Amino acid sequence: MHNYTVAQLVKQLQNKDVSSRELTQHYLDRIDAHDQELNSFITVTAEQALASADAADKRIAQGDAPALCGLPIAHKDIFCTEGVLTSCGSKMLDNFIAPYNATLVDNYEQVGIVSLGKTNMDEFAMGSSNESSFYGPVKNPWVTDCVPGGSSGGSAAAVAARLAPAATATDTGGSIRQPAALCGVSGLKPTYGRVSRYGMIAFASSLDQAGLMAQSAEDIALLLGPMAGHDPKDSTSVNEPVDDYTRLLNQPLSGLRIGIPEEYFGEGLNSGIETCVRDAIKQLEALGATTKAIRLPHTQLSVPAYYVIAPAECSANLSRFDGVRYGHRCEDPKDLDDLYCRTRSEGFGDEVKRRIMVGAYALSAGYYDAYYAKAQKARRLIQQDFVTAFQDVDLIVGPTTPSPTFEFGSKGKDPVAMYLEDIYTIATSLAGLPGMSIPCGLVDNKPVGLQIIGNYFNEAKMLGAAHQFQLATDFHTLAPANFA
Amino acid sequence: MNRDEIQKLAKLARLTIAESQADEVATSIGNVLNLVDQLAAADTDNVAPMAHPLDAVQVLRPDEVTEPDVREKMQAISPATQDGLFLVPKVID
Repeated sequence: MHNYTVAQLVKQLQNKDVSSRELTQHYLDRIDAHDQELNSFITVTAEQALASADAADKRIAQGDAPALCGLPIAHKDIFCTEGVLTSCGSKMLDNFIAPYNATLVDNYEQVGIVSLGKTNMDEFAMGSSNESSFYGPVKNPWVTDCVPGGSSGGSAAAVAARLAPAATATDTGGSIRQPAALCGVSGLKPTYGRVSRYGMIAFASSLDQAGLMAQSAEDIALLLGPMAGHDPKDSTSVNEPVDDYTRLLNQPLSGLRIGIPEEYFGEGLNSGIETCVRDAIKQLEALGATTKAIRLPHTQLSVPAYYVIAPAECSANLSRFDGVRYGHRCEDPKDLDDLYCRTRSEGFGDEVKRRIMVGAYALSAGYYDAYYAKAQKARRLIQQDFVTAFQDVDLIVGPTTPSPTFEFGSKGKDPVAMYLEDIYTIATSLAGLPGMSIPCGLVDNKPVGLQIIGNYFNEAKMLGAAHQFQLATDFHTLAPANFA
Repeated sequence: MNRDEIQKLAKLARLTIAESQADEVATSIGNVLNLVDQLAAADTDNVAPMAHPLDAVQVLRPDEVTEPDVREKMQAISPATQDGLFLVPKVID
């Protein structure tokens, strides 16, 4: 049952071949059996899940249930869920029982989607390996001595190991696409502003965007609609009608123009990954798409620009954690300064502290123009590369990551080695464009991701191309043998 | 980045860095700053800074009270409250 896609499961629910309770129990049993090893969940909400499943079964019996009613999924632990621990992977929020739901969580509850629990993640979504989680690292279900990627590593591992048919996730610089690639699942980061950020714990507000992971592009197309849309509670959510994301799934690729950025195939790209990605491009051509080489000449500025902008915004956002209103508070503070300093030093992990300090430095008097203003200008150049490219092509395709999953601890103590993991995904995030990763092969039994970048609000086109690719290939159906 | 600069930065961010860790933290932050220094080579003359991907402007809503009183709910998860107020160490002598 757990190898079925969302598309298959919702049909079975609607036809009453399986009840939401049976399905939910099945996934809870799988989490029970396998997650001690994987650590992909921080919290499993079995009781609430079964109660929601029963309510969904009632709606289905009454005959007017929405299409996704009764489907169990998992939420990344960055989304506030009322009455449930919402830790963001941090000791700072280890005691934070959210007093309200994120809009995305509410949206899913309204259509009868059942939450199995909250998935593990890098602390405050800062990381590319899940090693920075206060709750311990998540293991990659394909190779358990290797990382699942991050920051949405728990969501990726849970979907890969079939502990959930789909999971929510967030992306600031690659946190959906990179773990999706490393765990061999499909993942989509929508256009910035497409999904409400209300109740999603902030990291870098001009970059943060919620999205999804599932086995297939078709599944993501089904799940994105109810998640997306304008939210009066998030002034950066875009007030544009929500597309029907399934409308282009069955459109043949003939006439589709795909750009292949030269900068994404340079030095540093693993040769096995390059072979898989080039083969995937040939497959897209065989399906009727035309491809052409394009240039994104400012790509090399994207990692440096990101590591000014994201830490700057993070240092501002995370100043709210002061030990006064919620979250961790140090014992017996002797004065206000002691309360702040000790609370934050005890509550935050090393990577979060590092980024807060880098951000504080970049924003401090005398450095603002050299760092923050300069990075914002570089961001414009990076965006303009894409604007120019999209005048001639419909989609841009390349590798999601430079290398496959790596062993725990192998990036050593230099944070920059880890930062370069996101070299192909960060530019898209800075531009605010939608990006996805779909499986396109294995290198030494380690999954490889094909990245598909679309123009603003072109998610339907990306999902259509991905679905056509998945109709012709079976990479997305491969599952790690130990969790069959 | 030297130890003194790290401690000054930590203070600005309201963080404490143990003396035994200061060198390691200074090295790693120095590495990040070396990375971002690559920006200096970029020609950004006449480029408008980009603060937001969609160049959106702040939307305003009518000035109406929409939030219900949730003080009890919010204070239920607070580390220290008394008589409906958040408790902090004494600020004024």
